[in-house]
Amino acid sequence: MEEKRIFHSVRLEKEKCKACTNCLKRCPTEAIRVRGGRAHIIDERCIDCGECIRVCEYHAKIAVTDPLSSISRFKYKIALPAPSLYGQFKNLRSIAQVLTGLKHMGFDEVFEVARGADVVTRAIREKLRQPDLPRPLISAACPAIVRLIQVRFPDLIDHIIDIRQPMEVAALIAKREFARKHDVPESEVGCFFITPCPAKVTAIRNPIGHEKSAVDGAISVLEIYGLLSSHTRSHETDESLVQASAWGVGWANSGGEANAVCPENSMAVDGIENVIRVLEEIENNKLHDLTFFEGSACTGGCVGGPLNFENNYVARNMIRRMVDKTSDLHPEHHVDVSMLTKYPLYNQRDIMPNTAMKLDDDIVEAMRKLEKMEEIYKRLPGYDCGSCGSPTCRTFAEDIVQGFATDMDCIHKLKEQLKIMAQQMVNLAQTTRE
Amino acid sequence: MAILMEQVFPVESGAYATAGEASTTIKRKLKQLGIDATVLRRVSVASYEVELNLVIHSMGGTLTLQVDPEKVTLISQDVGPGIPDIDKAMTEGYSTANEEARTLGFGAGMGLPNMRRNATDFDIQSQVGVGTTIMMSFALKG
Repeated sequence: MEEKRIFHSVRLEKEKCKACTNCLKRCPTEAIRVRGGRAHIIDERCIDCGECIRVCEYHAKIAVTDPLSSISRFKYKIALPAPSLYGQFKNLRSIAQVLTGLKHMGFDEVFEVARGADVVTRAIREKLRQPDLPRPLISAACPAIVRLIQVRFPDLIDHIIDIRQPMEVAALIAKREFARKHDVPESEVGCFFITPCPAKVTAIRNPIGHEKSAVDGAISVLEIYGLLSSHTRSHETDESLVQASAWGVGWANSGGEANAVCPENSMAVDGIENVIRVLEEIENNKLHDLTFFEGSACTGGCVGGPLNFENNYVARNMIRRMVDKTSDLHPEHHVDVSMLTKYPLYNQRDIMPNTAMKLDDDIVEAMRKLEKMEEIYKRLPGYDCGSCGSPTCRTFAEDIVQGFATDMDCIHKLKEQLKIMAQQMVNLAQTTRE
Repeated sequence: MAILMEQVFPVESGAYATAGEASTTIKRKLKQLGIDATVLRRVSVASYEVELNLVIHSMGGTLTLQVDPEKVTLISQDVGPGIPDIDKAMTEGYSTANEEARTLGFGAGMGLPNMRRNATDFDIQSQVGVGTTIMMSFALKG
């Protein structure tokens, strides 16, 4: 990594951390250690999936997002609501209520990310027609999954679709359309994503696949929830604001993208541990006859994002009902093909493997370390209790080899050692008495 | 170059519950060594195929991983039953997998051809009643 300090939305609030093992055990990239009475996040490994935020009982894990007030940095402000936002309000008659509400909160314009999803759907449909693509192609919509692949499945990087996320595409279109319509420079227009998750926040600050994000900030759903909730009920709604199709809205739920992009032969998996298991299968070439794979880090898809307000199953059901009752045209028939060349929809940079799991840059040295880890591991109890501060005995062995821990950090080894010492003291006491 | 790292994984015949565990461990180790992604992918496919072959077709055996700075080597050794006609076994689409294996999605007759396609060097020796040895190596550079 060239960056001096890698930006992460997911952070630790030291004062609140009790040094328990909840987050430690749940991190899918083994990026957390508990040392010196608190958790530490290994920057190079963290993929900002937000699992730790979800499991921390003490709310010591937080996501850094932009405050609503930050929109004043720009003369003109556009809100980009994630489709999952629509699932946060009970008794919603129309999506227009949410969009109208956002405009009353200080935004000059609203542009649905679901509309971006419609364009991305069209672009992926085109892509799937190309011959000789790796199978299955993997969705790039969930940035936590893309980063998971960079860290844990570098050999699957060339399966990832090289098309930007709906949020990015929405920002590109929103900015240009607004600037043209009002005859103002694009640089004066700020686009703010209303985000359900920290992974998107990091994707804006640290884009994967392109140099700079088209999105200027990310405000969490939780931050605006109360205010927006009241605004959804108190205004005359402007139905013309609803531009996205139900297909695009469906991306909020796990399976929504797969269903829009490739209903013929796709698979959708949600929950990061489940995604890992299926990625293993893809790696083993067991799913070579599958065309498209959609993985979401959160249970239920984006509706399960840790920065949402509503229970993910409740939200999922609300989205499903919204999507079911419409009979919108598929994006293939309503998104003009010219959109695909009008905007820079495709990645400009290759996605690179993240080498944070590598033991050493020198392969001989890495082998030596691996052998040593194996030796150490054999001496450990194998309880994977996490008391040492590493998530498993295996990672503990790795931490010892890398010089971040010592044998005696294992309380079971320590107990063993104490027993021996106690015996030695008894022996010593006896010998001195004689 | 001398072998710098070696690990032997016993593989039981018919043990579908644990099938794939050896290749998962192999993959993890190679990732920790920082093996190039394209080589990793080829080893992944071949190690899973060869491990499953041991489970489905053999009477049990071992899968050995060897790594040196030039290459990754996988050696599968079993204790029988042996392959009567290797040329036929190497033909795409030919399989002797039983019903149980086919129900689980195996037996497409692509196992051995896939291994040969992914390995830099591939060698198979078999004797009926004695066993089969498959040796595959994957060059790390060039």
